[in-house]
Amino acid sequence: MVNSLIIVSLAYVAALFLVAFYAERLASQGRGAWLRSPIIYTLSLSVYCTAWTFYGAVGSAARAGLEFLAVYLGPTLVLIGWWWLLRKIVRIGRSQKITSIADMISSRYGKSNPIAVIVTVMAVIGTTPYIALQLQSVTLSFNTFIEASDPGSKVIDPNSTAFWVAVGLAFFTILFGTRNLDANERHHGVVTAIALEAVIKLVALVAVGVFVVWQVMGGVSETFTAIDASDIQFWDRAGGRWTGILFVSAAAFIALPRMFQVMVVENDDEGYLSTASWAFPTYVMLMSLFVVPIAVAGLQIFPKGANPDLFVLTVPLAQGWNKLAMFAFIGGFSAATSMVIVAAIALSTMVSNHVVMPIWLALSSRDLSVAGDVRQIVLYSRRVSIAGILALGYFYLELTGGGAALAAIGLISFAGVAQFLPAMIGGIFWRAANRHGALCGLLTGFSIWAFTLFLPSFGPDALISASVFENGLFGLSWLRPNALFGIEGLDSLVHALLWSILLNTLVFVVVSLVTFPNPMERLQGAQFVNVFDHSHAASSWSKGRAEAEDLLIMCQRIIGPNEAQKLFRAEAERQGIDGYLPDTTPEFLQRLERELAGSVGAATAHAMIAQIVGRSSVSVDDLMRVADETAQIMEYSSQIEAKSAELARTARQLTEANEKLTKLSVQKDAFLSQVSHELRTPMTSIRAFSEILGEGLGLNDVDRAKYAGIIHGETIRLTRLLDDLLDLSVLENGQVKLNIERGNVADLIDQAMSATHLTEKELKISRDRANEDYWLTTDLDRLTQVVINLISNAAKYCENSRPKLTISVRRDGDQINFDFVDNGKGVPREFQDEIFEKFSRASDRAAGAGLGLAICREVMTNLGGAITYLPGQGGAAFRLTVPISARQRPSV
Amino acid sequence: MNEIRRLVFLERSSYRRRRTRDASRLLPILGLLIFFLPGLWDGNEEGKILLSGAMIFLFVAWCFLIGIAAFLSRYLSEPVVGETIYPEELSGE
Repeated sequence: MVNSLIIVSLAYVAALFLVAFYAERLASQGRGAWLRSPIIYTLSLSVYCTAWTFYGAVGSAARAGLEFLAVYLGPTLVLIGWWWLLRKIVRIGRSQKITSIADMISSRYGKSNPIAVIVTVMAVIGTTPYIALQLQSVTLSFNTFIEASDPGSKVIDPNSTAFWVAVGLAFFTILFGTRNLDANERHHGVVTAIALEAVIKLVALVAVGVFVVWQVMGGVSETFTAIDASDIQFWDRAGGRWTGILFVSAAAFIALPRMFQVMVVENDDEGYLSTASWAFPTYVMLMSLFVVPIAVAGLQIFPKGANPDLFVLTVPLAQGWNKLAMFAFIGGFSAATSMVIVAAIALSTMVSNHVVMPIWLALSSRDLSVAGDVRQIVLYSRRVSIAGILALGYFYLELTGGGAALAAIGLISFAGVAQFLPAMIGGIFWRAANRHGALCGLLTGFSIWAFTLFLPSFGPDALISASVFENGLFGLSWLRPNALFGIEGLDSLVHALLWSILLNTLVFVVVSLVTFPNPMERLQGAQFVNVFDHSHAASSWSKGRAEAEDLLIMCQRIIGPNEAQKLFRAEAERQGIDGYLPDTTPEFLQRLERELAGSVGAATAHAMIAQIVGRSSVSVDDLMRVADETAQIMEYSSQIEAKSAELARTARQLTEANEKLTKLSVQKDAFLSQVSHELRTPMTSIRAFSEILGEGLGLNDVDRAKYAGIIHGETIRLTRLLDDLLDLSVLENGQVKLNIERGNVADLIDQAMSATHLTEKELKISRDRANEDYWLTTDLDRLTQVVINLISNAAKYCENSRPKLTISVRRDGDQINFDFVDNGKGVPREFQDEIFEKFSRASDRAAGAGLGLAICREVMTNLGGAITYLPGQGGAAFRLTVPISARQRPSV
Repeated sequence: MNEIRRLVFLERSSYRRRRTRDASRLLPILGLLIFFLPGLWDGNEEGKILLSGAMIFLFVAWCFLIGIAAFLSRYLSEPVVGETIYPEELSGE
């Protein structure tokens, strides 16, 4: 009997190995689509149902009525509300490539490693006793089986059973849990084996249930009669435990490391959740359907004091149904082993990623560029972690000796991991949640949980002295583990849950409100809270051609259609495929990424390809790298922009210079034609009269003298013109040497008036000599020349029968203004701008080359002053502005 | 006319889908209320209730919730016309 049990167990374990091995091989070959199906996913979720629920539910029903149901109803509520919460968690897990619950929480809070370490430590503390509980259940059920079926046989040392079970599980977990290092942390072999175990444990429990209802009780109505007649006919709902367990089991369903592993990390397609939303509740409903009948049957059959936790085994055994009992044992074994395997994988991932690797990387001075090296180290640290976790579980069992303290650990462990809930739920729905809040909340909740529930579970004087139970911590009565803040009379679980979750949430919220998140957290916060805006659902189209087509489309947009098609064509040819769509092999993707990197930068190329191939959203690190590249490109382009602006400026300056030159050339041409015109007119008359004189035919003396006079006059005009031109040229080139002297303005005007030899009739000059008593330091001769010019201009052009010029002098700061206003018609508006130009004449009335005012302007400029036309003064009005003290202009 | 009819149809189906999501969000609250009901029942003089009655109630309620969840999940998981998800638009384009 014992031998056959051992053989069946070993055969079952061997079958599990085979299934895991086969599934792993199918997955690695890319076949076996059924391995990734919603049903396998749902069944893998059943790691929730451990040996504690397999055996313990009946025990709980025998002790406390329907309370055990709450453990299943909590997860049911979570699953039927999957659209609201689980979908978001799974989407975040997939898009952020989350590897564990510690990774999830730390990723949300800016990849903070302290948080990851704390969550890992809490998870290990919460899970180790639970693993011990599983080992104990296997040991207990094994020994029960032996005792009941073969009373004479020697009881095997329970510790040795537990030891070998632990060793076997460690071996299995290491073999299939650390076979390879998939970036997505998926383990098809393990999940398939877990799914098989899920079927076995359900069928085993249902089989025992059917046996009890129809074999032991004799039918459904008899069963209800028996229930109503049993010790548990009434259900005591007191103490709020129903609510507490409902809550804590719902929380644990999300936050337990093993549940997170199968639900989020191993998830292949978030659409599986929609099937699981009704299939998993159905599974647990079936698991609990026969619990009460089995408990009632056990209570009927066995005397008071029998261990109700083992009724699932002992009831069939007592009826002589040994094979059924063996099946039930295998069911319990399945429940225990599946939990231990998944928990060990989940915990080892956390321990190795967040504790071992950071320490190793910090201590190691070796070159990390050899990727294979690190991968080996990671695998090695995973394996050591798995062995370590199972060893911890085993030693925990060894040290506490099992017993009732351990049986209570299920809900205690649930309450422990429920402390992750505020940080996690807060993190995915509230953007302002930050790492300080999460850290303080986690520590608060965990401390309260440890003080009020975990440590007291070992009993008085075990880890907490009896006096603390009696008088409170440090003798403060409001710090008693069972009556925190003086609230007594609550069930210990409800009491601990109430305070730990309440204060955890409160501290989390308040600290988050008063502290400030760092940029990484804010980015991650936005990514998590708005995950549905940033990522897309796992698409159902299969890998391969659709993917290649998307890559081609993207590629065409980046490197151009011809190049992209050539690249894809070449790759397809190399793979021996017709057409343009090669298989998306890693080598091809790498080459493609390199090609694209040339156009858009390495990080951007990586992110783009990852989006199509990996179907994962871009991580913050990727974004940071993209931003770096973009910044570099932007800097470069801004440099180019600056240079092009400079070029544009230069070009504009050149254009202006060119325009000026063109204008000057035009002016020069005009000037030359003017000069030749001015020269030709007197020349023509000189030639004509000199010819007449030369012929000498019949000219009297008077005529001859007249003609000679004309010739003389014209040569004088020519000489003056040439003098003026020379003068102007000297002035314009700034080559004039100024003769700076000090003199009086009144004297200067006197001198100019006398130089013009004008009579009162020709021009009456009105001036106030008393107001002209200013002293100037300038080139007095040149200034006099200008004044003479203006006076003679007035005499020449003033169209008045009684021409009159008013000269007024005024001092304006360190300048002297001379205004010359006559009583003529003035200069017409359209000529006012031109009169200072060479050869410009406002009227044809007077002879003159039109150089006078041009010379005046040049002189004034050379003296550091100006000559301007003053409009609206009644007649022609000019203003000279002369600095009181002229400086010699530097010669050019 | 034909086109308008089609538009109305699409609108209606996406409206139905949104309401299905609402129902899916409300379902756990309904479940919670149902699961709390036995706690409110009148007990005997010791405040206890008959276990078999509560058990039947809870299992029937459980099946009811599973049924609704299964019904809703069919509508939540099927691909939606007009909301088909394409590979994401490339960034930077």
